[in-house]
Amino acid sequence: MKLLAATGMLGSGFVEDSIVRGVDEGARMIGCDSGTTDFGPHLLATGRSHFSRGAVRRDLGVIVEQARRANIPVVIGSAGGSGSDAGVAWMSDIVGEIAADLGLHFDVARIHAEQSKDVVRGLLHDGRVRALAPMGALTPEAIDSSLHMVAMMGAEPIQEALSRGADVVIAGRASDASIFAALPLLSGFDPALCWHAGKILECGAAAVAQRTAPDSMSAVMHPESVEIEPMRADYRCTPQSVASHTLYENADPFQLVEPSGVLDTSQTRYEAVSDRAVRLSGSRFHPAREYTVKLEGARRVGFSTVIPGAIRDPLIIGQLDSWLARLDEAITARLKQTLAADATYSIATHVYGRDGVMGKLEPTPHVEGHEVMLLWDVISASQELSHAIASSLSHMAVHNPIPEWHGLISGVAFPFAPAEIDRGPVYEFHLNHVLIPESPTALFPIDMVTV
Amino acid sequence: MRRSLGELAKLIRSKNAGPFWLTFDVMFDDSDVYREVRDQNVLSIERLAACYRQDPAVVRVFAHDAALAIKVSFPRPASSGSALDTDVFGGQQYAPLMDFTVELPD
Repeated sequence: MKLLAATGMLGSGFVEDSIVRGVDEGARMIGCDSGTTDFGPHLLATGRSHFSRGAVRRDLGVIVEQARRANIPVVIGSAGGSGSDAGVAWMSDIVGEIAADLGLHFDVARIHAEQSKDVVRGLLHDGRVRALAPMGALTPEAIDSSLHMVAMMGAEPIQEALSRGADVVIAGRASDASIFAALPLLSGFDPALCWHAGKILECGAAAVAQRTAPDSMSAVMHPESVEIEPMRADYRCTPQSVASHTLYENADPFQLVEPSGVLDTSQTRYEAVSDRAVRLSGSRFHPAREYTVKLEGARRVGFSTVIPGAIRDPLIIGQLDSWLARLDEAITARLKQTLAADATYSIATHVYGRDGVMGKLEPTPHVEGHEVMLLWDVISASQELSHAIASSLSHMAVHNPIPEWHGLISGVAFPFAPAEIDRGPVYEFHLNHVLIPESPTALFPIDMVTV
Repeated sequence: MRRSLGELAKLIRSKNAGPFWLTFDVMFDDSDVYREVRDQNVLSIERLAACYRQDPAVVRVFAHDAALAIKVSFPRPASSGSALDTDVFGGQQYAPLMDFTVELPD
C-alpha cells in the first residue's frame, strides 16, 4: 500500500509531476497537512490561514484532480491553518470551487474539531482533563477567556469518514501523522509502522537529505517494514536523513505521543533500499491505557502598539541599562498622571544588539557593537490606550537625558513616522492540556456533503 | 585538538516543539566526531542549563545514534507568539551551542 504526501503544508507548493507520478505508481491515498502552530496563536484566534486562498487552491486543485483520476481518497488535516470550524468551512468552500472547475462530483466529509466552552467545562467537571508540562491545571477562567479551542483528533474520526465513502476528507485539527496512518491502520498494517510512516510523511519532503523546495514524499507499507521514497527525481532519502526526521519539532525523538498510544522509535532500523529510498523497521507502538486528545486554545492578550527606534551615541549605549531604567521611571510617573487609576498596561523593551533575539536565554547580554535597536511593545486592553501610552513613551525616550550632555538631546533615531505602529489585537496560546473523550470519535462530529 | 561544534556539525538548529517547548538538534555527518561529542558528554544537562540559565531538572538531552545527532529540549521562557516572546519559530536560539567544544584525537 503506497501512501502519498503532497507536501509538508498545503499551500507551500510542490511540483505537479510529483503527484502525477505518485498516483501513476499506485498511491492508495493522497494526504496533506494544512495546519501548524508555528506561525503563532493568531491563526487559531482569528480562523485565518497563513497561506493565501490562491496558494491553497492551486495545491489542492492538483491533489483533487489526480486523486479523482485514480479514484483514491484525499485527506486534509488541520484544515485552514488551525483546524478550527472557520478553517474547515474555508477549505470546504475551496473544494467546492475545485469540483465545479473540474466538472466533477464527489463526496466530502467535514470533521469538526472545534470544542465549545460547555463541552470543555463538562470534561473538566468530570475529571477528564490533564495538564501537559510545563502548563498547570486547566481552570474555568482559562476556558472562559478562550476565543477558540480545538482538540487534536487521532486516526479514528478520519477512518470513520473514509468508511462512510468520503472521496475528500477535510479534517479539523488532527494529529499530523493520523492523516496518513488512518488508511493503513484500517487495512490492518502494524500500528507502529503506520504511525512512523505518518510521522515522516506529514512533513512532505522534509526527510530528504537536501530539500531545496517543498515537495511530495511516499511511503510503501509492507507487513514488517515501510519504504520511504521522495517523488522528485533529484531528491534522495538516506538512512540518516529519515532517522533525523524524528528529531524535527519533537521534544523527545524516541517517544512520539499519539492519541491512541506512543510510537517508540528507539529500536527502529533504517536501511538504504537504493540511493534514494530507505526501509525502516523495528519501530514499536505502545497502546495508551487511556485515549487522550490534545487541547489547544488561543485567547486575546490585548492590543499592541510597537515603536522601533535605534541609538548610535556611544555615551547612551555605554549606559544603556541605566538609561532604560530612568526612562522606565519617567514613563511610569507620567502615566500615573494621565491614565485612569485602574488602567493596566505592559511595556516590553527588546534591545537588539544586546539580547533582542534570545531574551532571558542570552548567555552574553552585553552590547558590543556601535549601535543598538530598541523595540518597545505596549500592550493594554484597547488600541487607543496602547497608542496613547506609546505616544508618551516615544516622546520621553527621544529626549531621555544623560549626564554627559548638557542640554536637550534627541537620543533615539526612529526609522518611521509616525514612530508608533498599531498592531491590532494580539493573542497567546494558553492551553496545553489533554482531554479524555468518551470515545475516539466523540468530540469530532462528521457531516457529509456531495459537491 | 579542541574544535567547536560550530566547525564540526553538519547542522545546528533550534525550533519550537509545539508552542511551549524549544528543541535543539546538533547533527553530524561523521560518526567518529558524533561519538566523541556523545561520549565526552559535551552537551551535558549541567552545561546546557548553565548556558541557557535553565533549571537542570527541565533540560532533556537525547543521543540519537541512527541520526548521528544530539537533541536538547526545554520549555520556552514565553510561549510562541505571546507578549514576551522574541522568536516565534524558536529558530534563532541555537547560536551559543556553536561555541561548545570537543577534544578530538590529533
